[in-house]
Amino acid sequence: MSKKQHYTLTVNGTEEEVLAEPRELLIYTLRERLNITGPHIGCETSHCGACTVTIDGKSVKSCTMFVAQADGKEITTIEGLGGPDALHPLQQAFKEHHGLQCGYCTPGMITRAAKLLEENPNPTEEEIRFGMSGNICRCTGYQNIVKSIQAAAAEMNASKEAAE
Amino acid sequence: MKDDVDSREDRIANLKGMGCSRKRVEDARFTQGKGNYVDDIKLDGMLFGDFVRSPYAHATIKSIDSSAAMEVPGVLAVLTAADLEPLGLHWMPTLAGDKQMVLADGKVLFQGQEVAFVVARDRYAAADGIEAVEVEYEELPVLVDPFASMTSDVVLRPDTVADDGSPANGAHGPRKHHNHIFTWEAGDKEPTEQVIANAEVVAEEFMYYHRTHPCPLETCGCVASMDKVNGKLTLWGTFQAPHAIRTVVSLISGIEEHNIRVISPDIGGGFGNKVGAYPGYVCSVVASIVTGKPVKWIEDRMDNLMTTAFARDYWMKGRISATKEGKITGLHCHVTADHGGFDACADPTKFPAGFMNICTGSYDIPTAYLEVDGVYTNKAPGGVSYRCSFRVTEAVYFIERMIEVLAIELDMDAAELRRINFIRKEQFPYKAALGWEYDSGDYHTAWDKAMQAVDYDGLRAEQAQRIADFKAGKTRKLMGIGLTHFTEIVGAGPVKNCDILGLGMFDSCEIRIHPTGSAIARLGTISQGQGHATTFAQILASEIGLPADSITIEEGDTDTAPYGLGTYGSRSTPVAGAATAMAGRKIRAKAQMIAAYLLEVHDDDVEFDVDRFVVKGAPERFKTMKEIAFAAYNQAIPGIEPGLEAVSYYDPPNMTYPFGAYVCVMDIDVDTGVPDIRRFYALDDCGTRINPMIIEGQVHGGLTEALAVALGQEIAYDDMGNVKTGTLMDFFLPTAWEVPNYETDHTVTPSPHHPIGAKGVGESPHVGGVPCFSNAVHDAFRAFGLRQTHMPHDHWRIWKTANELGLHDQG
Repeated sequence: MSKKQHYTLTVNGTEEEVLAEPRELLIYTLRERLNITGPHIGCETSHCGACTVTIDGKSVKSCTMFVAQADGKEITTIEGLGGPDALHPLQQAFKEHHGLQCGYCTPGMITRAAKLLEENPNPTEEEIRFGMSGNICRCTGYQNIVKSIQAAAAEMNASKEAAE
Repeated sequence: MKDDVDSREDRIANLKGMGCSRKRVEDARFTQGKGNYVDDIKLDGMLFGDFVRSPYAHATIKSIDSSAAMEVPGVLAVLTAADLEPLGLHWMPTLAGDKQMVLADGKVLFQGQEVAFVVARDRYAAADGIEAVEVEYEELPVLVDPFASMTSDVVLRPDTVADDGSPANGAHGPRKHHNHIFTWEAGDKEPTEQVIANAEVVAEEFMYYHRTHPCPLETCGCVASMDKVNGKLTLWGTFQAPHAIRTVVSLISGIEEHNIRVISPDIGGGFGNKVGAYPGYVCSVVASIVTGKPVKWIEDRMDNLMTTAFARDYWMKGRISATKEGKITGLHCHVTADHGGFDACADPTKFPAGFMNICTGSYDIPTAYLEVDGVYTNKAPGGVSYRCSFRVTEAVYFIERMIEVLAIELDMDAAELRRINFIRKEQFPYKAALGWEYDSGDYHTAWDKAMQAVDYDGLRAEQAQRIADFKAGKTRKLMGIGLTHFTEIVGAGPVKNCDILGLGMFDSCEIRIHPTGSAIARLGTISQGQGHATTFAQILASEIGLPADSITIEEGDTDTAPYGLGTYGSRSTPVAGAATAMAGRKIRAKAQMIAAYLLEVHDDDVEFDVDRFVVKGAPERFKTMKEIAFAAYNQAIPGIEPGLEAVSYYDPPNMTYPFGAYVCVMDIDVDTGVPDIRRFYALDDCGTRINPMIIEGQVHGGLTEALAVALGQEIAYDDMGNVKTGTLMDFFLPTAWEVPNYETDHTVTPSPHHPIGAKGVGESPHVGGVPCFSNAVHDAFRAFGLRQTHMPHDHWRIWKTANELGLHDQG
């Protein structure tokens, strides 16, 4: 056990002060101190991606990052992407195209996919498969996840064009 | 209300009943991160428990000193077997009639075994406490090979040995050796031996179906909360069978069953991992009773892979006989089953090797014999059905490999060999040599459709050219065509022969129709991603004529749901789905009487039509189900009780037998051992189809789990009993990068005994997929003399196969 420290995180646009041991993993800070339970824990070794969040513009596995390392950073979780009043196009597309089954990987999967589409708004199937390879799903076999991401990309590009 | 103007087609569409690809109602919460999984549960004052685990696979425990751990800030208690013994909870019964240590009682039998339970304020304090517990071990000889175990002097389980040193009888009769668990037989031994001895052609093979693990993305866990004021225990957990867990907890704790409430919240995948009862559940309950606080226990991934619920680990020796023309005459199968330190297989009581006796597969084999020997070793207990119905995966792998080996022996095409041996359509219901009665099937139609879809002859021609090119040095890639025709046995099952711990394997549904024409239905099953809330509402919509969107489905809370045996072995649709239809029909029967009363005609003069009862011959005179629902609550109808509710407990008359025809086309790089799956065609016949979108999703997922098992996933041990694959670094879970796109197809052969003809589909693709991928690897090397190589076919093993066949000498 080590001495607790104060950390400041901006989570989904809200500044949060937490008092925690520096060794605390970010996923526990989010889930247990801030009650942000969208990101899940699946492996503790950065393989499964259930804990994926976006930190300062990059996809990060929050199960292998200490809260101390996240001090002062901007964090986005599934809860920050969209909600009941306005779903993110990816949330809508995963529903439409059966891109999930048990739902456990889904928050990490969608959070990662959002980042992927931000970086590459027109990915090929191969680019999607490669770009999503840090997130494991045990239920879907990925086929409908790929389809969901393609559909969301098309939808997002269409609304961008309409806006321009 | 537009009931009187919509066309009949519109009214059917409005229901979103059976056969439509209704979008899932579960997805709103999951896509927004608002699922409620067990680790999301947070209660006031909740503590966290975690295990001190054995680093040794076999050792005597000399002492456990928890004094330093109790000094660690935040640690409240350390439980050992000595603390549980006065409560009689240091051992617990397994589902297989054996018993298992909850906490190490004098010795440990596998690496990772639970030795002490540290209860602390949070998981970090628990981890610190675990570090501080001092356990002194004395190592014992380790047995990881079941064949060595069966001849060893080392006694793994002294508790199973009689006073004179002989093995005491086990749950399934006499034992041959102190490390032997059971012998289980099916079929006719002598006639089978005779048929094989006199056969024109006999093929023999020995194959290992390696140990693996279901590895759902969410590990196992629970929260136990003992309310000492009112004496009620609430247990939330990742339970695939919440009611059975309630009964087990009551039986072993002595708490009366009405004082126990078990809740399965959202479950992040199960695949068989979450059927059993684990030490973590018992320790959490005890810790909550001891501390008076809620106690949470959640496995980490290493705990999960090393301790709870391995699957497979069958050494299968087969002999198959046939005429020169390829007509199969007999099948002999012997299995040495490695069960680890305790027999904790999750099988119906009378079936210690599950439904391995479906190993005659899709073929009309007149004579057969199966013998299974269960053996103790220094490995984790389990033996669960990983996305399959009680060892069906092993059975299908066995027969589908034996067919391939026989084809080699006969120098015949393996597709044609299957075709001439399939059970013919007119033979159903078909009584198989090992005892089962297959309900329905049309294998030839499915097979021919599959062969045509993939242009089988064209593929073989391409393969022949490839072999020629390879031999000519023009390519280093071989082509494999994997074939499988599987028949499953799912939907356990008839109470007459299927029970778990004495609980008959029926299932249930209870429906309440609300006055305004919406409804809630509760079932004894529990979804882990299968989409029950979507599909069971579709069954009901078609049965009772209310829109699926107006029907809430609830599962998993034993205080509210009717008793059922849960979700595994593809039993939800065959059993609870049947109960749902039957309960719906009870609703409809009462609705008919109400409608007749309202329409002032005799009961027999009205008939059901989509969403209403109409007067026969006068379709303009009708009452909609919505109107009938309201009448049930506001009319005093002579001879009819108010309200509109029904419950059905369904005991299926037989299992269901889904089947399918799969083809995998694979290119294998001989120099790297890397397989490239360029095509996978899956035709499934699961009888009546409830939601095609969900069926397709289940097929994609099951095939991917099959790919994992066939091509790399294993729980491997070294000679010391160390688990070599304890994290996702070593345990293969395919990513989107490794997985192909699948082509799905179907035929429909309804089950004749199921109320809606549905057979279940969730496990078919796993059961059929594993041999299909494996057969593709084998087939690629068939022309170079390969008969059998054990799974998993990872890159190194494929490379090694190529090397042993001398294929690296040619380049």
